[in-house]
Order: sequence, then structure tokens, then C-alpha cells
Amino acid sequence: MEQLLQQLINGLSLGSIYALIALGYTMVYGIINLINFAHGEIYMVGAYVGFALTTFLGLGFLPALISSMLICSLLGMLIEKVAYKPMRNSTRIAALITAISVSLFLQYTMMYFARPDTRTFPNIITNRKLSFLNGSIILDVKNIYIILITAVLMVALQYVVHKTKIGKAMRAVSIDKEAAELMGINVDQVISFTFAIGSALAGAAGVLVGVYYNTINPLMGATPGLKAFVAAVLGGIGIIPGAVFGGFFLGMTETMVSAYGGSVFKDAIAFAILILVLLVKPNGLLGKTTREKV
Amino acid sequence: MKRLSRKQIMIIIGLLAFYAVTNFMINKNIIDSYLQLNMIVIGINIILAVSLNLITGFTGQFSLGHAAFMSIGAYTSAILTANFGQPFILSIVLSGAAAAIAGILIGVPTLRLKGDYLAIATLGFGEIVRILALNIDYIGGAIGFNDIPQYTNWTWTFILTAATIVLIYNFINSYHGRACAAIREDEIAAEIMGVNATYYKVLAFAMGAFFAGIAGALYANYFYFIKPDSFGFMKSIDILVIVVFGGMKSIAGSIVGAIVLTIISSFLQGIPELRMIIYSLILFGIMIYRPTGLIGDDKFIIGKKKRRSI
Amino acid sequence: MPVLKVNNLTKTFGGISAVTDVSLDIEAGEIIGIIGPNGAGKTTFFNLLTGLYSPNSGDIIYNLDSKITTHDLKPHKITHYGISRTFQNIRLFQNMSVMDNVLIGFHSELKYGVFCALFRLPSYFKSENEIYKKTDRLLDRLNLLDKKYELAKNLPYGDQRKLEIARALAANPKILLLDEPAAGMNPRETRELMNLIKWIKDEFRLTVILIEHDMSLVMNICERIFVFDYGNLIASGTPEEVQQNKKVVKAYLGEEVE
Repeated sequence: MEQLLQQLINGLSLGSIYALIALGYTMVYGIINLINFAHGEIYMVGAYVGFALTTFLGLGFLPALISSMLICSLLGMLIEKVAYKPMRNSTRIAALITAISVSLFLQYTMMYFARPDTRTFPNIITNRKLSFLNGSIILDVKNIYIILITAVLMVALQYVVHKTKIGKAMRAVSIDKEAAELMGINVDQVISFTFAIGSALAGAAGVLVGVYYNTINPLMGATPGLKAFVAAVLGGIGIIPGAVFGGFFLGMTETMVSAYGGSVFKDAIAFAILILVLLVKPNGLLGKTTREKV
Repeated sequence: MKRLSRKQIMIIIGLLAFYAVTNFMINKNIIDSYLQLNMIVIGINIILAVSLNLITGFTGQFSLGHAAFMSIGAYTSAILTANFGQPFILSIVLSGAAAAIAGILIGVPTLRLKGDYLAIATLGFGEIVRILALNIDYIGGAIGFNDIPQYTNWTWTFILTAATIVLIYNFINSYHGRACAAIREDEIAAEIMGVNATYYKVLAFAMGAFFAGIAGALYANYFYFIKPDSFGFMKSIDILVIVVFGGMKSIAGSIVGAIVLTIISSFLQGIPELRMIIYSLILFGIMIYRPTGLIGDDKFIIGKKKRRSI
Repeated sequence: MPVLKVNNLTKTFGGISAVTDVSLDIEAGEIIGIIGPNGAGKTTFFNLLTGLYSPNSGDIIYNLDSKITTHDLKPHKITHYGISRTFQNIRLFQNMSVMDNVLIGFHSELKYGVFCALFRLPSYFKSENEIYKKTDRLLDRLNLLDKKYELAKNLPYGDQRKLEIARALAANPKILLLDEPAAGMNPRETRELMNLIKWIKDEFRLTVILIEHDMSLVMNICERIFVFDYGNLIASGTPEEVQQNKKVVKAYLGEEVE
């Protein structure tokens, strides 16, 4: 029982990270139908920015987190302008390969300048552990930070998407780009804004992972990126609550599988679940079934 | 339609002459082992690209798991030749068959999915195959499979590459191939015209997997050594890049694409630190300036002009 | 014996009934018109007849070479039975040539296996040559031969409709279902189409069932007309009978205010 609770906490933390990254995937997909493979790399850049700010400038956790989010959102907007905007009218596959080229570019440019070795993230949060139930459950302060910050960011996102003018514009563009344009919405600006928000969330995830696991490297974005994408598809891609749900679902499953002896297969199980879910619900767990009109 | 048009006879003569000359040059050491390595890699990449083109370009099924079929072929051949001492020809056929069976097993359930969803399911399948291979001790797990006999040579590569091209060309220029193209264009209309879409999607998938398996066998028996991570997601992407770079729906494009990209990556081997950065910039440049590929817009498909639209 | 018999056919989508308790008989060699306001369930009816949808209840029975009942109807099998159709929103194979579009129409006629195709065995050449000849002949008869190498998407609208009919005819049907064949055509094209349909019916000895909003076409060429409204079959009969029918007038023009 205690072990289960402990794993639940770990799963929740890992799920938070996946959910934060998955949100960016899902928002970008919802708005321009692109699998943004470079998204995992933005998360990696976020971790490195956090690392640089805390190690070299001695910034604290919150300032580092916020600066990293800002820098990542600028990076996301830049990538959209330079790489994806010219591809908007190309085929899906061409756009996908462009995204992969951006992803490779970020990975290996980072590797070139920051060297391929793994870096140790400084301990910017005091390593305090709270123990419950006579020490059988240990709650690291870091867990609390991750879960709390994720919750705050999600509430903020929900507010932006549902209560603000730009959020309404985002929803309109995701439903019908042409119609939104005819209604006077500046589609370019909305797409740019979507990338900014999604990238900021990925940047936050990067810093949180740095703090939580203490190590970062230039290729760290690849696997979590893929898995966050899996999470987004699991929940129903393009649906914001779906990404959150998928992220937590995947984080939990993975933690449980690792805890009960299947750690070498945990990545395979994530993909197996994905395939099974798609077979039963082709539009994801929270997705609506659509049928083509004949 | 005649059995062999004059153009086809010319192509056959050209290919035979090309083989005779290259083989002579290899025997006389005019083509050194480094060049020969690149020629063999080009051949393998052509097989991979043409077979993926059948699935993604012609039939319109977006697959991101092609390297998995290659790995199934590679491991099958490695086991058959190294552990059981089987002749190469048998292990090639069985490698293709093993990959094709995997293609059917994964294709039957997943080919109901469309577009990006199929892509992500095939990506997942590829990762599952890789992770399973990493954890099976019999085939070396993460350490890899060592001491595979080196049977692959230029002759094998040339024959199998040419055979792949001819067979897939023949397939797409038959009513079976037309059915696949119809599914790509409009699945519902294709069905209404009598095309069993499920059957043809699985067939295209299985055939593509078969040839990818053969490419895997050539690869395994050339490099002595294989490991699961050689057949990961990035390998699938590399193959897809060749297809898109060459031009979807164009066999000639896949051939040219495989040659050009193999040569580029071979040159980039010389500057390991910058290799991937330059590669990514080249990819980006191609997609921006030529998103339809080298041989896009259905032009220049080998064969008769009147068949160009398939 | 009717070539097509429909008994109490019903199809609902999430509680909304698109086709309700429809029964009708169609005799071989007729040209049948199906009319009704938008959303009356006409296309749904066609989709049921071609196996794209399966009904909630009721039966569809075709008496063709053999007896085909509801559960035999799979989209990819209907051409084998001798049923062929076109679509309201033209569904050609856009990036394929006119010729290839028609070639695919012959799909169910071709029998050589994958192996024959891969190794180009004699049956490949024999069948393919035959089909290419038939395609040319069919395109010639529909005046599309000079556009044979054009991509379908580059054809003018009227020709696209015609090509879709050509593709459907290639499957050698006994029953041809046309879904709004005149939609988007100008009066001259519609007149041509009218003659084409009559000619096709005699030339290919077909039963034609067509959905159409263009009343001049329907009243001119259809021998019998079925009227749908809100999923119900509200009237049937000859053009004259249908024109006199009060329910039909009401469905089209609304109720008169007294």
C-alpha cells in the first residue's frame, strides 16, 4: 500500500512533465495539423537555459524557470516563422520532415556548443524530504514543486484559452482557419502565439526535469518528446484536456510498470498502449469519433 | 503493349553493361573497398526507399516504422547464417518472408487508421520491435549481434536491387498497383469501384516489408555486426527522407534520392562534429525549396509516358 | 421479378432517422428518379444500397445474376454483383489520368494474380491489353478519348461528371446509381446529360436510379419517381402523378396559409 502511494507520487511527477510537453504538441497540432517533432528539443533547450542561468548567473529557481519559459517561447516563435510558415501549403510529409530537420538541428547544434556530455543540474531547491506514515512514504519537496507548478500552469493555460480574446481566436483558428481569417482574426499572429505558449510550457518542463533528475544532455528531448506526443495522441490530439489526461496516464503507467519489474519494457509498453488505444478509439480517449461524409 | 519495348531492352542492356563494368573494376581493384562499401549502401538504401515508396508514395499509407522491417530481416538473416549456417539465398528469402509476416501482423489491425494516426502507430511498432530486440539475449540484446558471415557482395546487392525495382515497377503498373493508387486518391471511391482496400493496403504493406527485410539481410551480412539501435526511429526517418527527397510516387526519384543522400552522408562522415548539423540544414533546404522532391509532379516516372499518372 | 426490392428500410444516426421505413420495388430497365428537398435522406438511401452504411432494420434485395441481400452488401463487392454508382460531390481519383480512372473501373473484371503481375506472365499482357482497348472504346463512346492523358482534376466540371459515369460504366453494371449527375451543370450540359443517360440506358441495357434536383431532367427522362421527405417515402408514380400529388407540392413549397 505504501509503495503504491509512493509510486503514485512519482507517477504524478513524471506525468506532469509529459503533460506539460504534450500540451505544446496538441496545441500546435490543433492549430496547424503539424506533428512538431522539434518540440522535444525545445524542452531540452529549456533545461539548458535553466542550467546556464542557475549555474553561471546564480539565479534562483523561479527566476530561472520564468526566464527559461520566455526564451523558449521566443525560440518557438522563431522556429515557426523560419521553418514552418513557408511549409504551410506543402504536403504533410514535407512539413513533418521539416520539423524533424529542425529537431536534428537543435540537438546537434546544442551538442556542438554545449558538448555532448551529461551535465549536472545544480541543486537550486533545498533537498528536503517530508516523510509520512513513519517514513514509509517519502515526499520530496521537488515532487511538490513539479506538481504544483504544473497545476498553476495548466490553470493559467485554461484561463488563456477560454477567457481571453486571443484564446477565443486560437479556438476559432483550430476549428476553421479560413473562416477565422474572414472574421478578421490575424491567423499568423494566433499561430505564433500558440507556438509561444506551447514552447513556454515545454521550457518549464525542461527546467523542472533538470531540477528533479539533476542531469541533462543534448539528446534528452528525443525520448520524452516522442512519449509526450504519444500522450497527446492517447488523450486525443488537438484536445487540451486530452493532452493533460494522456500525460498523467502515461506517467502513471510507466511508473507502475517500472515499479513492478518491467522497467526495461516501459517504453515498449507506452507504445503498445498507444496502438491498442488507437485501435479501439482511433481519435484518442477523449476524442470524438468523426465519420467521413459520403 | 508488347512484351518488351525497345526502351526496356535498352535499360536491360545498360544495366548488364553497368554490372559488367563495375564488377570488372572491383576485381581489378580500380574500385576500392571504400567505394564498394558506398555502392552497397546505396543499393540497400534504394531497396529500402523503393519499398517504402510503394507503401507511402503509391498506396498513400504514411509509415514511420520501415526500419523495423529492415531489422526483422537483418536479425533473421543473422540468426540463419551465423547460428544455423544456412546458405545466403535461403536466408534472404526467409528474411523477406519474416518481415512480410510482421508487416501483415501489424498491418491488419493498424491500417484502419488514417494519416498521422497510422504514422504514429507504425512509429510505435518500430519502437516496440527495437525495445524487444534490446532485451532478447539470444540475439545479443543491447550489445548487438556479432560475427555474422559476410556474404553480401556487389553481385548480391546489384541483383537484389535490380530485382526490387523491377518487381515493384511491375506491381504498380498492374491493376493491383492501380488499385493501390486509387486507395491513395480516394479510399471510398476505390472501394465502390470494387477495390478491397483492406486487402490492398495489407498487400502493399507486406510487399514493402518483404523488400525491407531483404535490405536488412544484405545489411547484416555485409557489416558482420548489427545492433537494435541501428534500426531505430531515425533510420525510418532516413528512409522516408530519401523517398520524399526523390519524389513521392516516383521510383526513379527514390533511386536518385538514395544515391544523392548516401553520397552526401558519406562525405559528411569526414566531419563528425558538424555532420548532423549540416545534414539537418540540407534536409531543411530541400523541403523549403523543393517540397515535391527532385522528381516531383509525376514527371519522369520510368516507363511509358502514357502510364505516368499512377 | 423486381431487380431491386427494398422492404421497410430504416437508418438512424444517433437518434435522428435519416431513412424511415422505406419500401419500394424497381423493375429491370427502368429509369427511376429520386427527388426530395435537401436532407430528405436520398444520398443516405444510396449509401445503404451500396453497402457504405448498414441499415438499422429492413432489407435490400437485388435480383441480379444471383440474389443479393442486405448482409452481402459490402462497398468493394457491389461492382462484382453488377451495381455501380457515382457520387454527389464527385469522387474521382484526382491525381490520376482520365484513362487510369476508367481502368480502375474495370478492377473487378481483372483476375490475374499478384504473381502474374510481378513477373509479367502471359495472362498479364493478355488482360491488360484487353482492358486498355476496352477503356479506349468506352472513352471514345463518351467523347472523352482526346482527354485520356489529362489528370482528372484538370477536367472541366461537366467532363468530371461524365468521367465519373464512364468509370461507373467500366464496371459493367446492371444497375447504375447516379447521385445528382446534373449538379453544377448549365442548361446545355444538362440537356446533353439527359441524352447521355437515355443513350447509356439503352446501349448498356441498364436500370438507372438517379437522385436529382433538376426537375426538367427528372420529369423528362424518368419513368417513375420516388419522393423523399424527412427520411420518409411520401409519394411515388409517373412524373405526371407525382406532379399532381398534394404531399409532394407541400414538401417542396410548404403549406398554403388559409
